[in-house]
Amino acid sequence: MAEFITFFFGAAVILAGAIGVVVARNAVHSALFLIQTLLGVAVIFVVQEAHFLAAVQIVVYAGAIVILFLFVIMLLGVDKSEDLGVEPIAGQKPLAVVLGASLLATAITFVLVATDGATGVGSADPERQLDSGITDIERIGRVLFTEYAVAFQLTAALLTIGVIGAVVLTRSLSTADQLDDLEPASMDLPSLAPEGANDEHHVDTVEEDAS
Amino acid sequence: MMFAQDPLYAGDWLGDALITGLKVLVAFAFLLVAVMLNIWFLRKVISDFQNRIGPNTAGRWGILQSLADGIKLFFKEDLIPDNSDRFAFKLAPYLSLVPAFLVFAIIPIGGDFNGDDGDGVVSIFGHDTLLQVADPPVGVLWFLAMSSLAIYGVMLAGWSSGSKYPLIGSVRASAQMVSYEAALGLALASVLLVSGTLSTHAMVIDQSGEGPAFFGIENILPAWYLLPVGIVPFVVFIIAGTAELNHPPFDLVEAEQEIVGGFHTEYSSIRFALFFLAEFMNQITMGALLVTLFLGGPNGPALFFPEGWWIGVFWFFVKLMGFLFLLVWVRATLPRFRYDQLMDFGWKLLIPLSLGWFILLAFIQIGRDEDWSTAQFVGLGVGLAAAFVALAGMLTLAIRNARNERIEEMEDAHG
Repeated sequence: MAEFITFFFGAAVILAGAIGVVVARNAVHSALFLIQTLLGVAVIFVVQEAHFLAAVQIVVYAGAIVILFLFVIMLLGVDKSEDLGVEPIAGQKPLAVVLGASLLATAITFVLVATDGATGVGSADPERQLDSGITDIERIGRVLFTEYAVAFQLTAALLTIGVIGAVVLTRSLSTADQLDDLEPASMDLPSLAPEGANDEHHVDTVEEDAS
Repeated sequence: MMFAQDPLYAGDWLGDALITGLKVLVAFAFLLVAVMLNIWFLRKVISDFQNRIGPNTAGRWGILQSLADGIKLFFKEDLIPDNSDRFAFKLAPYLSLVPAFLVFAIIPIGGDFNGDDGDGVVSIFGHDTLLQVADPPVGVLWFLAMSSLAIYGVMLAGWSSGSKYPLIGSVRASAQMVSYEAALGLALASVLLVSGTLSTHAMVIDQSGEGPAFFGIENILPAWYLLPVGIVPFVVFIIAGTAELNHPPFDLVEAEQEIVGGFHTEYSSIRFALFFLAEFMNQITMGALLVTLFLGGPNGPALFFPEGWWIGVFWFFVKLMGFLFLLVWVRATLPRFRYDQLMDFGWKLLIPLSLGWFILLAFIQIGRDEDWSTAQFVGLGVGLAAAFVALAGMLTLAIRNARNERIEEMEDAHG
């Protein structure tokens, strides 16, 4: 009973958040509603006794990914309300409806067709039963470092490559030639060297430009 | 994980609910009063450092000064800037405050952990329970989750104010908190490697009783995690924790000389008070967590073993006060970091240091599990040390190289 009530309220919070993400006019408000949805999902995880997943859900999704979203929204300056009447990509709306409907249909079919329930919890097969003597944290740790060790390490490598790639891509612009072509941020003030000291060379350039 | 369960939830549900409610109330009231005293303590100690008297008018020794300040703040006019995003502006203080309260729920503040059956269980009105609000199986991950939520309060406050100083402050704050959370998490991971559990209650049980013999003398060292984990994660945790708190010398977030008040520049009245409350509450919680993770929580030093739950509470507060004094001491002594120094310090020193220490601890742990002989330990240890030296050298080279390149680029571009 307690599980049902918690699920009911958790699901309500999740759905309200999800609708809010779509409906909100302001990108920052959408991000806030997304956090609400993620927290609701964490609550559902706790009800399912997947405590570790719930914690990781908050730490990784709410704590890192949405923070990055917000960073991008704020720094790109797209944090103003937008007119949703103008469609940036033609034909996107009907396609989105078709995609959403088919995903929903797939999910419903899966729940209806699966004999042991969608997660296998109802299965009589002892292999698929959860052992209540071991915590979910220990179970995830064991599986991750035995069965899925290779996949785990490949993911780690992929993430490292992603980070290094991002650094390389952002730095490629700052070669000396390209920097020359860029407009200085402020024409009348000498900029600072990366160390914070006054950059004498730059002052010279400003004087040359002025003359 | 049987002992991670609070024994409370075996009895009748009404009594359990009442006891849980009582514990929540006590924790809530305790945090509010502690913040009041913490502010007074800070102001008194810092005026001692600066050879002045400090608050001395409201109440004896000025102890009611924070209460007076709080009442004054509550009755001030509440301003909302025209340019602000009203929804987010009103939401932000609560996003700061609520996680600050929630983290404290996992801190064990007392209980009798002595002897073989010392499991910290106390009896309140005939109900067996623990002296902490909750003991979730994820334990300290709860702290990480809540501190990552707390960033939103600061970030939204700065953005929604609709003015540039708060925005700069909040971008600084979120970059700083995200960066130092990595070092903090790695220091935490070192403790988890030794403890083998996430539950704070199980950790405190593990740290009770006598520690290892000290040069053959028994019963002199406590079993605190500080000894097996080592001094490096402890120091990294204190530094990264101070940075997480945006406490001097890491208070670039609200650097008065540069960006007025940072993210809370536009806030006034009760909303400002809520930010202030959250900041000081986080100091107390960070100290409590440090005590739990490294200094044995409510466990006293090994030499001293009286009975009773109150002695645990006593030791807990003694250690917590030590941390709070350290914070004030640092605040009074060190000047503020420059922003690039802050980032260099976090990413290029603290993170590699705690990561290296983590690998070292894992090495020792595996050696113990596999029963390595001394020769194996020495041989593999030399190899590991060589790898460390090589890595440290590569890191230093990379940092120096990047720095030289930056200077050259600047010279080429402008010279």
